[in-house]
Amino acid sequence: MTRATGRKPGFIHRFDPAVLTAFGCIILLLVLGSLYSRNFLSPDYLLQQLKVASFLGVIATGMMLVILLGQIDLSVPWAVATGAMMACAAAAYGPFGVALAIPFGILCGVAIGVVNGIGVAYLRIPSMIVTLATNAVAQGVMVVYTGGFSPQDSATAAMRYLATGGLIPGIPNVVFIWALIGGAMVFVLGRTGFGRAVYGIGNRERAAYLSGINTRRIVMIAFAVSGGLSAFGGVLLAGYASKAAQSMGDAYLLPAIAAVVLGGTSILGGRGTYLGTVAGVILITLLQSILSVMQMPEAGRQIIYGLMIVLMLLLYGRAPASR
Amino acid sequence: MKDWQYRLAEQRGTLTALTIFVVMFVIYTANHPAGFTANVVQTAANKGVLLAFIAMAQTLVVITAGIDLSIGMIFLLTNCLASWLVVGTPLETAFGVVVVLAVGALCGAINGAIVIYGRLQPIVATIATGAVYFGIALLLRPFPGGSVNEDLADALTGRIFGSVPASLVALAAVVVLVWVPFSRSVYGRAAYAAGSSETAAYMSGMPIRRGKFLAYTLAGFVAAIGGLFLTFFTYTGDAAYASGNAYTLFSIAAVVLGGVSLFGGKGSAIGAVFGALAFRTIGDLLFVFDLDPLWQPLFQGLILLAAVSLGAFALFRVRNRLEWFL
Repeated sequence: MTRATGRKPGFIHRFDPAVLTAFGCIILLLVLGSLYSRNFLSPDYLLQQLKVASFLGVIATGMMLVILLGQIDLSVPWAVATGAMMACAAAAYGPFGVALAIPFGILCGVAIGVVNGIGVAYLRIPSMIVTLATNAVAQGVMVVYTGGFSPQDSATAAMRYLATGGLIPGIPNVVFIWALIGGAMVFVLGRTGFGRAVYGIGNRERAAYLSGINTRRIVMIAFAVSGGLSAFGGVLLAGYASKAAQSMGDAYLLPAIAAVVLGGTSILGGRGTYLGTVAGVILITLLQSILSVMQMPEAGRQIIYGLMIVLMLLLYGRAPASR
Repeated sequence: MKDWQYRLAEQRGTLTALTIFVVMFVIYTANHPAGFTANVVQTAANKGVLLAFIAMAQTLVVITAGIDLSIGMIFLLTNCLASWLVVGTPLETAFGVVVVLAVGALCGAINGAIVIYGRLQPIVATIATGAVYFGIALLLRPFPGGSVNEDLADALTGRIFGSVPASLVALAAVVVLVWVPFSRSVYGRAAYAAGSSETAAYMSGMPIRRGKFLAYTLAGFVAAIGGLFLTFFTYTGDAAYASGNAYTLFSIAAVVLGGVSLFGGKGSAIGAVFGALAFRTIGDLLFVFDLDPLWQPLFQGLILLAAVSLGAFALFRVRNRLEWFL
């Protein structure tokens, strides 16, 4: 379990065709967009898109970790909302609360992730089911907490700064944050025992277990990280919008899964690169942006989303033929 | 093991669900201000059958070791479609009903084709098709509205002979006409076998692909019946994202409560129907005990979490997830 000699599949030595396809689609979208309006290739627009993509990028990072294990995290919508609402709520408790708002929001997401992890790793409930259930519980807790209304507390200055400020002129902070989280993820996946264990479990949990990996702990940690990153995404979104809202996470579940899967990560686990996820996130964000610039109504957007995911999956996400 | 013992063991999940439902319903009616009257039963039945239909649809897919996360969206889509078509003269209404059911079956068949012949994972594939179905539902009904043939609606949501809720009769009819023939047919058995062990079923030469395809298609069909009933109850079509999601979620809870194994190959739609009725009754218990309705989502979530955790106990002797999925 040290960082031994092996090559990472499709990581450095050769590019995954799925990643290339995703980047190809990004370029295609930009070209199509520029035919529609010249603004699509302006640096301002591209930077703006990168900024919008960062929120999804943070959330998709956690989702990718879970999908690499061969699991899925469907508790994203309310982990996002819980993170945002709890961070805003903590801010109501004086200067101490304001200082701890962001960690507290993330911690709530980690708690949701830990429940998911216990269910999946120790109780052996299918992740899809247990994460749906924790999503429902988190929703229930938030509804009780807020009394059915959106909370009145608004985001703290620190949250707003993280989401909208710019430490270096020209580059928004969120892009930095995504780059940091992404860099950490690349390091963890490629250079640590934990990362190897994640790929190992995703490929064949039995083999990973037999080679001495504490698979249950790894699965547990992965879900906790996913919950924490979802909540952090929520915190950032709350900072971006200056307030938390109940349904703010609903729009992130499908795009997060789509981004990871479109980036070439196998939904069965064990295969995928972070570069692919980055491509998937940018692809989804551009698609959303172009559809909204073209004033496509919500119905059309949903249909195009769904069709895109099915088509891309049919292109390179198929399971091997039986026997 | 004697024959009757075997049969009892086979139906254990269904019987447990029945027991839970009866106990819950007795508690419910005993504490209801109006008591056990035809009105109370009719209201409870009308609330319960919607989820029962969706749970039955979910069961059809779950026994093949799949899952249909688009089931709630098929339900919405058929509801919106019914609010356009199931109107007018009896002939037009009948035509509308046929079209709505056919569209539901088509949605299920598309899911089945993508999962079986496209070889995609049911989770992602049905999330994606669910988005498409919801998009179409939203195209049909950007705003809640529409109408339905009220004579038909009143007939199917009222009471027969002044006491038996018509919706329950319809539910029983669907069980007898769809579920029983399917589960006893070669294809039904193939669906069960594929859920239990796809490799073994394949080696035994069972028609697993057609069995699974039929299961997905029938799931869409039954979900469309649910969509029709939703239209009959509400007289409108409404593409409400949250409602579709909730039905998908609750259908999984009902299936688990009904003793259907999420790993496939085990359980019965009849169990899932009782699971659905029990789940609805548990939700309604809050009202008879005068609790704040705000607590209902949390309560339902906790029941769901408890139900899926309970379902895990039977699996403790299995060591490896891979053994369940293969």
